[in-house]
Amino acid sequence: MSLSILELISKLTAVHGPSGDERAIRELIAELAKPFADEITSDVMGNLVVHKKGSGPKIMFAAHMDSIGLIVTHIEKEGFLRVGKLGGISPKDVLNTRVRFKNGVRGVLVAEEKTEDKVKLEDCYIDIGARDEEQARTLVQVGDTAVYDTAVYNTAVAEVNGRVISPYLDGRIACAVLLKAMEQVTARENDLYFVFTVQEEVGTRGAKTAAWTIDPDYAIAVDVTDVDDTPGAARYGTCKLGCGAGIKVMDHSVICHPEVVDALERCARDKGIAVQRDILRAGGTDAGPIHVSRTGVRTGGISIPCRYVHTPAEIADLNDCAACVELAVAFARSQMTAI
Amino acid sequence: MLELLKQLCLLNGVSGDEGEVRAFLRAQAEPYADSIRTDALGNLIVFKQGAKATGNRLLLAAHMDEVGLIITHVTDEGFLKFGFVGGVDRRIAIGKPVVLGSDRVPGIISLKAIHLTDKAELKKVPKTDSLYIDIGAGSREEALKKVPLGTYGSFVSQPEEFGDGFFKARAIDDRIGCAIMLELLKEELPLDVTFAFTAQEEVGTRGAFGAAFSVTPQVALVLETTTAADLPGVDSHRRVCAPGKGPVISYMDGSTIYDRGLFEDLRRLAEDNGIPWQTKEYIAGGNDARTIQRTKQGVRVAAMSAATRYLHAPSSVASVADFKNMQELTRLFLLDQARQAN
Repeated sequence: MSLSILELISKLTAVHGPSGDERAIRELIAELAKPFADEITSDVMGNLVVHKKGSGPKIMFAAHMDSIGLIVTHIEKEGFLRVGKLGGISPKDVLNTRVRFKNGVRGVLVAEEKTEDKVKLEDCYIDIGARDEEQARTLVQVGDTAVYDTAVYNTAVAEVNGRVISPYLDGRIACAVLLKAMEQVTARENDLYFVFTVQEEVGTRGAKTAAWTIDPDYAIAVDVTDVDDTPGAARYGTCKLGCGAGIKVMDHSVICHPEVVDALERCARDKGIAVQRDILRAGGTDAGPIHVSRTGVRTGGISIPCRYVHTPAEIADLNDCAACVELAVAFARSQMTAI
Repeated sequence: MLELLKQLCLLNGVSGDEGEVRAFLRAQAEPYADSIRTDALGNLIVFKQGAKATGNRLLLAAHMDEVGLIITHVTDEGFLKFGFVGGVDRRIAIGKPVVLGSDRVPGIISLKAIHLTDKAELKKVPKTDSLYIDIGAGSREEALKKVPLGTYGSFVSQPEEFGDGFFKARAIDDRIGCAIMLELLKEELPLDVTFAFTAQEEVGTRGAFGAAFSVTPQVALVLETTTAADLPGVDSHRRVCAPGKGPVISYMDGSTIYDRGLFEDLRRLAEDNGIPWQTKEYIAGGNDARTIQRTKQGVRVAAMSAATRYLHAPSSVASVADFKNMQELTRLFLLDQARQAN
């Protein structure tokens, strides 16, 4: 029996996989994708490539499986851990958050007491309850990674589709969208590659080598997009939570190919899928390196609107998520011209 | 071997103007190389066969360029205005002697004397725009005859050993990597190795892109320096690394998450062979690995660095023992790679 999108999100967000340390999440996704794949491979950087063969044009869907996280850089004599960041972590968003290492060790991220208004990560440390450096070193080594140890909730118990509060919706919710899409795309012409990329959060590094290897005709990056429909927001984006799948027009890393934007909008019209245009003035996605790979790739994006991106409690709407799945499926099935 | 490093540190090779360093390296490498070429970006790429024919599998890389300055404007009085090439802290440049161009025209990055400086001025560091180089020219024309616009400049500094097993020099970053690669080139190698002496690292790892693209290796080891902050008044978690504590093997820096398997290989080789090693205990900086890693289908990358104080300054400080241990650990890495190659 297939998993619901919420079950998928719960499974995916529970697994360790910050940038550069994606083995566990890669293994989980490979297992979940297996029933729907003709071939599954991974590359030097650790990207996971799920291939559903077709005779038509090559379409690459990309969702990053890495999450932001923390990496231990130094262990103090008293047993406290100093950390560096994997991706965009803002200390004010994560203070006093519980964190978890791959081996199950738990701790809390704390700021030094002397720290005043503007907290820098180097003034913070993780307390794992160790008595001293020696004991800490039996539990954690320099170079080990930690992630938020916060849980997944569905906000509306009575509804079929509510809103989900969870860490790491960025980008595990996009992985869930691709897993559902590959399950639903059966009869097909297009040669489909569903790629779960690594190291997106530290600068869209994995997508670069994946795009080179696959050499697609078209590409769609699926990722969350920041939503600032909240009190006091700076209005950096255009999407609103609950208003449908985002069709990316541009972000800081890409101006989407007009043919791809048109094709996605056509799919939405034909299938009656709720969509909204996504223009984000900050932040980049895997679409960035993909569209300038080799001689260039016609690239677009499907965005899942998400609030409080990179905090331990991000919020997305499961109806938006379902619309993103429908849109990805429709695009995968659509008739595209070979390049 | 230290003599070779000293020779290399006396050469001038600011990013984009690596000719002098490249010519020296080429002359030294030629007798030992199976093939040698300079590419369009100015990288010197040397291939040497080893006992095991592994082709382009393994790349060693070190950059031959260094930070410096470039002349952008000459005033009517004959003073030279300049910009820095790569990351230079202007606070350390002020008052220093420099040489300009291949003729090594001497000059001084100047500032008016303290007698004429008021208290408010003393509290501020002058902007690079307001600094100038005095070459003793009488006029604009005279200055331009000796130093045309676009001429590169380097700090003047004499390499020497000092203290308890340390040495100081300009451009240890990254002539130390170049020296190690040259020494290895002279030896019998356990497998085929491509040595890339790269250009323009200091302005954004630009040369390495062309080198990695044309070589297409599976594995690359970058031999580098990395910033040490084992200095008075620095908290233990901000010290990064320390010269004398062994080669620095990186798991991550500001621009690369290194291949975990190679990191562990290097750590194991050091521990099994009694070579001291350390890692970077602070996330900062970056090197050619970032570009090499993401070339074509991706390359497994590792970095081994000499912990160096005062990087990018006229005199940086590193440890003689670290230098030797880096060479030894690189040798062991080549043997290990030969074993792993099918």
